[in-house]
Amino acid sequence: MSKKAVIEGSMAVAEAVKACRPKVISAYPISPQTHIVEDLAKMIADKELDSTMVRVDSEFSAASVICGASATGVRAYTASSSQGLLLMTEVLFNTAGMRLPIVITGVNRTISAPITIQPDHQDTMTLRDAGLIQLYVENSQEAYATHIQAFKIAEDREILLPVMVCMDGWILTHSFEPVEIYDQELVDKFLPEYDPLYCLDPEKPITYGSYADNEVMEFRYMMQEAMERAKDKIQDVALEYKELFGEYYGGLIEEYRTEGADVIVVAMGSVLGTIKDAVDEMRENGQKVGAIKVRSYRPFPAEELYNAVKDASIIAVLDKSLSIGQGGPLATDTKAAFYNKKAPKVASFMAGLGGREVTKETIKNIVYKCKKALELNIVADMEFVDLRREII
Amino acid sequence: MKLTVGAVVKAGTSKVNKTGNWRSFRPVVNKDLCNGCGICTFFCPDSSIQITEKKSNINYDYCKGCGICAKECPQGAIKMEEERT
Repeated sequence: MSKKAVIEGSMAVAEAVKACRPKVISAYPISPQTHIVEDLAKMIADKELDSTMVRVDSEFSAASVICGASATGVRAYTASSSQGLLLMTEVLFNTAGMRLPIVITGVNRTISAPITIQPDHQDTMTLRDAGLIQLYVENSQEAYATHIQAFKIAEDREILLPVMVCMDGWILTHSFEPVEIYDQELVDKFLPEYDPLYCLDPEKPITYGSYADNEVMEFRYMMQEAMERAKDKIQDVALEYKELFGEYYGGLIEEYRTEGADVIVVAMGSVLGTIKDAVDEMRENGQKVGAIKVRSYRPFPAEELYNAVKDASIIAVLDKSLSIGQGGPLATDTKAAFYNKKAPKVASFMAGLGGREVTKETIKNIVYKCKKALELNIVADMEFVDLRREII
Repeated sequence: MKLTVGAVVKAGTSKVNKTGNWRSFRPVVNKDLCNGCGICTFFCPDSSIQITEKKSNINYDYCKGCGICAKECPQGAIKMEEERT
């Protein structure tokens, strides 16, 4: 029997990872990731989970340990945040290039300096080009579901790429919500044992990621193709999960009340909860407003996003990270997806940086600004929402 | 040649593997001084030295000329000489 419990988002992730039975877990503690790996360490100590927890001296080592573990042909998991993810960066590029299907939780926290532990998407966005599949989740139950889906997507022979599940630190990891924890049997039925394509074996030695001068183009192409195939796989796996567990959070994107919408707000992560509430209230007042959650940021669902918003007049893209010198990565990618097509206008909003609160009022204000932009036929390149100009 | 997922290859299948031409200095063994103790074989990072007939024998196909053997030889039997091409 499945059980419903009021637990921390971190515990929901630990429960999901436990149900996937990774053989090796390695992590270095950093807020707000800490509780996830603490919970997993306790599960191993209490003999609820048969796995090896490797304690290491840094995130670089944690990523290296699970990269190596995965190369021996076992399921491996790690989690980190912020500077920790940056320290893993070199290893993660290698892991993706060696096509090792690890799963990693990117617990979103901004990057120093200035030093802070507040959440935004600056850390995981920095890793968007590493060759990782990146899935952003809205709530604890979706975090639970997406981790179980992540192993299935990563380990598929047609994919073989690491999957990073991105969840907002504190907002999700440290808040208590009712979460349905499913039976081991059900998870086993959904997620078969990992069947590696290759594995390190002293009897039959192999090299991963061997030297290539004149073949880099081809290897990159193979990764790009795998990412393209992942678009179908992510959607298929979400539907399979729905069939077995009765829950669905969208495939590559999730549409929310977009029928006949003039203005559509596009965003990622936990802020969707607030956006959906704001949309409900605006709909009640007769405003034609909808929302779209981008679940898969890599691969980027250009076609799905375009088809979902093409009849709207304007879309507001809310970014929680900044490519300094350019703008919001989600807005930039969205604009690229619409180029050369008959598409709605795109307004870019920078919001929630360093944990700056995004409320229903913030969202309503963004929608109001979009309507004004349509009226005046002037769409600003990018706007910092609730910027405190007076202290600059 | 077909590329594999993750650039995975079996051991011993490399086609261009002779790395000795990276060398700018070459270790030369004075066979009169060498007593075949084998210390050089343990220190060689490229496993390019073997003891044959109780003497140190360097495989110049793979020796990169790092000079560790010359530094470690207790007999002073190995000297580094500049490569002249």
